Amino acid sequence: MSEHDCGCGKNPYMPEVATVLDVITESPTIKSFRVRFDNEEAWNSFTYQPGQVGQLSVFGVGESTFVINSQPSCKDYLQFSVMRAGEVTTALHKLHPGDKVGVRAPLGNWFPYEDWKGKDIIFVGGGIGMAPIRTIMLHVMEHASEYGKLRLLYGARTPEDMAFKGDLPSWLNSDVLETTLTVDRAEGEWPHRVGMIPSVLKELNPSPDNAIAVLCGPPIMIKFTLAAFRELGFKDENIVTTLERRMKCGIGICGRCNLGGKFVCLDGPVFTQAQLNNLPPEM
Amino acid sequence: MSNLLFATPKELTGWLSKLASGKRVMAPRQEGPSVVFRAYTAKELAAADVNALLKRSYSSPKQAILPQCETLVAFKSAKDPEDMSKLTTTVENPCVAEPTVLFGGRPCDARGFVVLDRPYLEGKFKDPYYAARREATVIVTQACPTVLNGCFCNWVGSDPADKEGSDVIFTAVDGGFVFEAVTEKGEALLAGAGFADAADKAEAVAAAHAAAAEALPAPSTLDHVQEKVAARFTDNAFWDKETVKCLSCGCCTFICPTCQCFTITDEGSQLDGRRLRSWDSCMTPLFTMETSGHNPRPTKANRMRNRVSHKFSFYPERYDGYFSCVGCGRCVVSCPVSLDIRHMVKAAVEGCDLVFEDAPVAEPAPVVEAPAPVAEAAPAQNPAPQKPASQKPSKGKSKKK
Ligand SMILES: Cc1cc2nc3c(=O)[nH]c(=O)nc-3n(C[C@H](O)[C@H](O)[C@H](O)COP(=O)(O)OP(=O)(O)OC[C@H]3O[C@@H](n4cnc5c(N)ncnc54)[C@H](O)[C@@H]3O)c2cc1C
Ligand code: SF4
Ligand code: SF4
Ligand code: FES
Repeated sequence: MSEHDCGCGKNPYMPEVATVLDVITESPTIKSFRVRFDNEEAWNSFTYQPGQVGQLSVFGVGESTFVINSQPSCKDYLQFSVMRAGEVTTALHKLHPGDKVGVRAPLGNWFPYEDWKGKDIIFVGGGIGMAPIRTIMLHVMEHASEYGKLRLLYGARTPEDMAFKGDLPSWLNSDVLETTLTVDRAEGEWPHRVGMIPSVLKELNPSPDNAIAVLCGPPIMIKFTLAAFRELGFKDENIVTTLERRMKCGIGICGRCNLGGKFVCLDGPVFTQAQLNNLPPEM
Repeated sequence: MSNLLFATPKELTGWLSKLASGKRVMAPRQEGPSVVFRAYTAKELAAADVNALLKRSYSSPKQAILPQCETLVAFKSAKDPEDMSKLTTTVENPCVAEPTVLFGGRPCDARGFVVLDRPYLEGKFKDPYYAARREATVIVTQACPTVLNGCFCNWVGSDPADKEGSDVIFTAVDGGFVFEAVTEKGEALLAGAGFADAADKAEAVAAAHAAAAEALPAPSTLDHVQEKVAARFTDNAFWDKETVKCLSCGCCTFICPTCQCFTITDEGSQLDGRRLRSWDSCMTPLFTMETSGHNPRPTKANRMRNRVSHKFSFYPERYDGYFSCVGCGRCVVSCPVSLDIRHMVKAAVEGCDLVFEDAPVAEPAPVVEAPAPVAEAAPAQNPAPQKPASQKPSKGKSKKK
């Protein structure tokens, strides 16, 4: 259901009932859920692009927006990584394998990875912001020969807060990805860096020539990392990020997530910094 | 046979009464101090005083097609017979779009649906609930007999006899009403009415339209309003000043025919529950509040800026320059602290202090069975209930100080 002007008549508010296959505890506040639609036909025809999101719901509690952070080539499940925050996320954290959820997806735009072919890419993820990075990064890694040098800088507050621990060994040992992990503060054994993302980024000193920067994370991290990228000489049209706004419909109708004349749910969540510069400053 | 048809008040209520057996007929109805759109029974319509059905409603008729609250998804779960600890869940869309005649709204009300159609029907995703009700509804609009307090449809490209969005439009003339089908849907509705041909009434209709248009305050040109309102975005002092009195009550948005915002919430449980859609308002602080406590629009000035900008800048940017305001004036007359969107838009464009004085408000002359002398738009004997006491009658021009 990626294009909805197709006249297929599908009801965009109707969730697919899906079964939780796996629950992975990523950190004290983050769990990943692997789900699969119950309706085989809907599941087999389901496609999406890296960066698109879904409305995941607990029936009787409500819906919330999460990025699909499994890569499109994964045909066994959709993965959502959920930070416990309010009502819906707390209800999600109580789920077990076999439980039912609702999924409305895919929604929103995606990372313009076709335009990045032949370029170096540095991915920077902070905290739960690693979720959207995971999808696009895995997708690009699968097609690594089409891109230049791929790098990841992933930061969390403490080693315990670092999600995707199951993925980290393969990222650290990958032939196509150069991975740097950092935490704000470390207690005990921590073989990686200690330091804020922006300062570690400046130490890594990636070249802005023919390069794309993709960054996702909490607003404060975005602000300082953006400044660091600019200092390194990255142009705003080559800095890509995702926005967060409170959402409901996810389809550009309920009016909730607008930033000026754009709806984050429909025209976003992926924007280049150059595009954001042209939108009203209302963050 | 001309495309005009004539009905006396009795013939009109008789027709509506017939329509009401089989269709939902919604029309303005006085409820306490307010006038709202409500469904009428055939019996009520047969006995109705037609003038009561022609009152201007305080809230818009939006609810006929976009109900204030509706169930989007009904869900049920049952224990899985193979593993009693597991549930199987089924979902369904319980929406039934009742065939509806929406009677007695004004041209601005009908145009309100055209404004809503763009996000609800013409985007990448189509809203099937709205679409089904829109399809099932015939809009029978009265050309405005008089101008009311707050009206400014002529600022936003309309007039008191505008047909846009209506399926049928009718005009009060001596002794009755002249009906004209605007769309095929409207034609089909009128086909069974049995009204007389009214080719001879064309002049009277034109005269009534001209008189109402004449009574409107001079239109504002609103030159480059889209760009100029956008340029005000960072002028915090402007929005602070314009919004000082605002109570964040949301009234202006709930009564507006073009406000599109809603929320989605769940009710009940997974075993037996519903996912509801309810109108929501961008004027309340919770609208954009994120779980983290971060709010991109923490102040009422931020929210007013969004509301006014949406109607006159963001929406036009998205939809070929069309405004998301039909100039009905409801928010102007119903705001408890008299905030005036006309003032804000004009001040945003012209950048000065403006004072508005409305045209004198005349109640429409009641339409009676026997031909009566043409009513003159004399200052009202019986002021419209929404007329604020402080408003002085004037020639109705918007004046700069
Ligand atoms: C494009 C996008 C992608 C996101 N991806 C992820 C992700 O991968 N992992 C993750 O943990 N979080 C993600 N979020 C944030 C996540 O949606 C919120 O944390 C979540 O909605 C909070 O819901 P709640 O019911 O627990 O909180 P409550 O405070 O109880 O929220 C009530 C409702 O408000 C809405 N809401 C509140 N805060 C937000 C918010 N920040 N963003 C959107 N809607 C909100 C939701 O409809 C929510 O159900 C994303 C947000 C957006 C906009
Ligand atoms: S009706 Fe008036 S007071 Fe209430 S939110 Fe609107 S502008 Fe503010
Ligand atoms: S903004 Fe005010 S005047 Fe414009 S359509 Fe809405 S209620 Fe009517
Ligand atoms: S979430 Fe409804 S418009 Fe974006």
